[in-house]
Amino acid sequence: MGEAGKVIAGGTEVVIYLKTRRISPKYLIDISDLKELEYIKENEEFLSVGSLSTHSTIEKSPLIKKRAHILGDSASQIGTIQIRNMGTIGGNLANASPAADTATPLLALGASLELMGTSGKRVVPIETFFIHVNKTILQSNELLTEIQIPYPPPNTGAAFMKIGRRAAHDLSIVNVATTVTVTEDVCKNICIALGSVAPTPIRAKKAEAFLKEKTLEKATIKKASEIALEEIQPISDVRASANYRKEVSKVLVRMTIQKAIDEIER
Amino acid sequence: MKLKGDIMIKQKIQFVLNGKSVEVAVKPNTTLVDVLRYQLKLTGTKRGCDRGNCGACTVLLDGKSVYSCLILAPKVNNREVLTIEGLGEPGNLHPLQEAFMEHNAVQCGFCTPGMLLSAKALLDDTPHPTKKEVKTAISGNLCRCTGYIQIIEAILDAAERNAKKGR
Ligand SMILES: Cc1cc2nc3c(=O)[nH]c(=O)nc-3n(C[C@H](O)[C@H](O)[C@H](O)COP(=O)(O)OP(=O)(O)OC[C@H]3O[C@@H](n4cnc5c(N)ncnc54)[C@H](O)[C@@H]3O)c2cc1C
Ligand code: FES
Ligand code: FES
Repeated sequence: MGEAGKVIAGGTEVVIYLKTRRISPKYLIDISDLKELEYIKENEEFLSVGSLSTHSTIEKSPLIKKRAHILGDSASQIGTIQIRNMGTIGGNLANASPAADTATPLLALGASLELMGTSGKRVVPIETFFIHVNKTILQSNELLTEIQIPYPPPNTGAAFMKIGRRAAHDLSIVNVATTVTVTEDVCKNICIALGSVAPTPIRAKKAEAFLKEKTLEKATIKKASEIALEEIQPISDVRASANYRKEVSKVLVRMTIQKAIDEIER
Repeated sequence: MKLKGDIMIKQKIQFVLNGKSVEVAVKPNTTLVDVLRYQLKLTGTKRGCDRGNCGACTVLLDGKSVYSCLILAPKVNNREVLTIEGLGEPGNLHPLQEAFMEHNAVQCGFCTPGMLLSAKALLDDTPHPTKKEVKTAISGNLCRCTGYIQIIEAILDAAERNAKKGR
């Protein structure tokens, strides 16, 4: 269909875009009946999630709870029950909002995305997927078909936290997902992902590098949360000011690291 | 939703509405709420914000609560839709409807159809919800009148009555 066509899955974004005339495609391609893209299953190396899985399905999935609970935690905080019953994970990612709640946990978990087009299939790390606000590497003849989430090594903990204006209904002012692997008190690996603080969801790589091979003391974590601030470029909008976003980012980075560590110790 | 210069061809869709099969010709860019209200004349489903923010348009699609203002009508082809008109009828109200009346959970009534359907989806899934679960279940439905307390009490009471009746 090329540029004249617009893919629609759950429609929670697309229908609003149509009403507000942000888009006026000649054709809508409704993929929501492709039941073969609605699954969550365990493979040898990773958990695969079909792109048409709804947030409700992900939130309630025992496999997600066991293998990638921060994705379930984020899905359970999206919009309202009605939105979660309709909205899909594929739509959340392909829409590429800086605030997309499923993006940060998937970044922190090192997920890959399977994209399928008329000329074949490619699997890309999620880090390379987002280009700008509402812009991804998806070609107009491609669909996002699967999300692949690798299993974390032993002694790994994870946490997701979101601040919105209210619990239900609202997009994130900031959301942060962190995974951390600790052996004998030393941080072996850490991924810190932040949403709604830059044109795309991002990783705080300087903060991550600072923490690697260190003992995760309170003061060290605090320093890392300050380093993370250098890596974000939040804007002021209807939901919050840039300064507020900076303050909240610092706090959420600190809290998610701590929560992830606590999870290992439990 | 009306688009300017709109010469779209109508397509026939067939679905089960409140237990009965219906067939209707729709423009593919019409939302379900508009088909229900303007074509099928079922005005129990309300349209408030038309943007997925208020919950007045909530209906059950295959048993799950959804916003009918965000659903393009062709999507419900071959599926099952329940609106407030299918919940109970005068003289034979649904326990939730009875409880809403007794607890004064209705003031202007605009949010009520959506509230009742969100509550039904909850009780179908979780027959004995906690207060917190009730609050979560209706968090996608705004009410400008009641302050929610009576609505929450009514839903909890309806759940209790169902339990007593062994439903
Ligand atoms: C009231 C309300 C509250 C919301 N709250 C939140 C929130 O708290 N957090 C949050 O992150 N989002 C929120 N959203 C946004 C939205 O609901 C989610 O992003 C949802 O996951 C989008 O999925 P969808 O299936 O409805 O997407 P659609 O609207 O169907 O599609 C969105 C975009 O993705 C493209 N697309 C969809 N599927 C694919 C695919 N498989 N391959 C390629 N392209 C595809 C479409 O072409 C379109 O550009 C909210 C929306 C509303 C209306
Ligand atoms: S009219 Fe659909 S949510 Fe308000
Ligand atoms: S009774 Fe008036 S909005 Fe709820």
